[in-house]
Amino acid sequence: MLSDVNLWPLIGVAIIIVGFVLRFNPMLVVIVTAVGTALAAGFPIDKILATIGTGFIKTRNLPLIILLPLAVIGLLERHGLRQHAQNWISSIKSATAGRLLIVYLAARQLTAAIGLTSLGGHPQMVRPLLAPMAEGATEARYGTLPERIRHKLRAFSAATDNVGLFFGEDIFVAFGAIVLMTTFLHEAGIDVEPLHVAFWGIPTAICAFAIHAWRLYRLDGVLARELKAEGIEPLAASATKTA
Amino acid sequence: MILSIQYLYYLVGAVLALTAIATLTDGSNPKRVSSGLFWGLYALVFLVGDQLPPLWVGVGAVAMALIAGFGGVAGGKHKSPSVAEYAASAKRLGNKLFAPALAIPLVTMIGTLSAKHLSVGGVPLLDPKNTTLVSLGVGCVLSLALVCWLTRETPAQGMRESRRLTDALGWALVLPQMLGMLGLVFSDAGVGKAVAYVTTTYINMDLRFVAVAVYVVGMALFTIIMGNGFAAFPVMTGGVGVPVLVGVYHGDPAVMAAVGMLSGYCGTLLTPMAANFNIVPAALLELPDKNAVIRAQVPTALALLTANVFLLYFLMFR
Repeated sequence: MLSDVNLWPLIGVAIIIVGFVLRFNPMLVVIVTAVGTALAAGFPIDKILATIGTGFIKTRNLPLIILLPLAVIGLLERHGLRQHAQNWISSIKSATAGRLLIVYLAARQLTAAIGLTSLGGHPQMVRPLLAPMAEGATEARYGTLPERIRHKLRAFSAATDNVGLFFGEDIFVAFGAIVLMTTFLHEAGIDVEPLHVAFWGIPTAICAFAIHAWRLYRLDGVLARELKAEGIEPLAASATKTA
Repeated sequence: MILSIQYLYYLVGAVLALTAIATLTDGSNPKRVSSGLFWGLYALVFLVGDQLPPLWVGVGAVAMALIAGFGGVAGGKHKSPSVAEYAASAKRLGNKLFAPALAIPLVTMIGTLSAKHLSVGGVPLLDPKNTTLVSLGVGCVLSLALVCWLTRETPAQGMRESRRLTDALGWALVLPQMLGMLGLVFSDAGVGKAVAYVTTTYINMDLRFVAVAVYVVGMALFTIIMGNGFAAFPVMTGGVGVPVLVGVYHGDPAVMAAVGMLSGYCGTLLTPMAANFNIVPAALLELPDKNAVIRAQVPTALALLTANVFLLYFLMFR
């Protein structure tokens, strides 16, 4: 057992952790890690480059989801989509950033759970719609916001999309991860029903919703305190008392 | 198939080639030559990458990483409309602006769901292996037509807007693919085997609870390193899950697989290696802190990971 496992490739893990902790440029960290790991595994230099090239071609599908919608999103932004999303949300008097994001979390999780994972995403939903709405709902209450609060709202919008997607998609039976798991277990001599694997994802999915929704529920209060610390009070009572 | 994913690669390659040419001739970009070279190389990866020897592509990928790593990728200055122009346009178009934005996910969804039934003369219309991505491509093209019609803009302006956003994203746009490549290099080099070996050799799993915790936390940690739960699953399940949790303690494998994978997803929330979910959104939302999205996710991920240890412990041994 000892002789047939080469532990040197673990150097790659060390390089990547040190690289990210010391905040080197991630592209540089990744390429240095790739070369270092392959060297540690004893690959000659031409095989290292060929392995990198093969890997780079195999993963060409990854950036499509970001690149393809850019033209549409850019044109819509040029014509005021983000401003309109902000105006639209501020016309709903009971809307707060926290409540908006809880509703989005529930919708994202439920739609992902029935396989509709494409009904969201960062380029086509979070940047043009969700983040401006979270900012708009807060602006409707407090007026102009400091940059720091804006950035916080945007980060929470992106985080909510991720949590909703991750802990929804895995309870959809036909999802790739379920196939991967049952295939792997089958090869290890264990047969499980895909439906059972999907079913046992539900308790974690419920916990994920409960934990993240609770944090979002508290977000409005946190924002109020942080804004108060910067000397920003809610706008005139008449505009906010309807909540 | 009629619409294969290869066409999307040509489309993206063409858009990137235009971006490269426009960048090379953009006087407002302080690093137009190196930036243009970066996008030009990336365009080649999509246009002819599968026909080149892998060695050349490897050299190109290393060159791109070096250009980006030494600060060679910058954006030009893009003229944006004034606040008043934005407001006037938003008022004029109103809710119509939502239609093209929502058309993209809607067409993607319809395409994905109906792909099985769409065929011409027995040949499937959409690439059966990549229905979601191909549907997304169709949705984006249709939506571009819709937005051009609504706003009286030309597709050329669409390309300019695409370049504006590409400039804003910079090298972060390429990072997911670089990391995907690294994952494959890791598995070729046997990193997974080495990690599994170290975990199983140096941690005493005689206690059932310790074994469960090692599996759950191991899934998360390994996902943090690899950036992807799919890569962690075979390693941790082969190293700890099947031999110890199922083999020694006779737990329910369905529960183990489900909770194990979702523990991996907790790791995804915590790692810059999952660039598509964590780093690219930070760039897209123009956040100065590239780890801002991860920071917003840390409490959720850690609380959920703790919950998973107990869920697996109690549900697996019912």
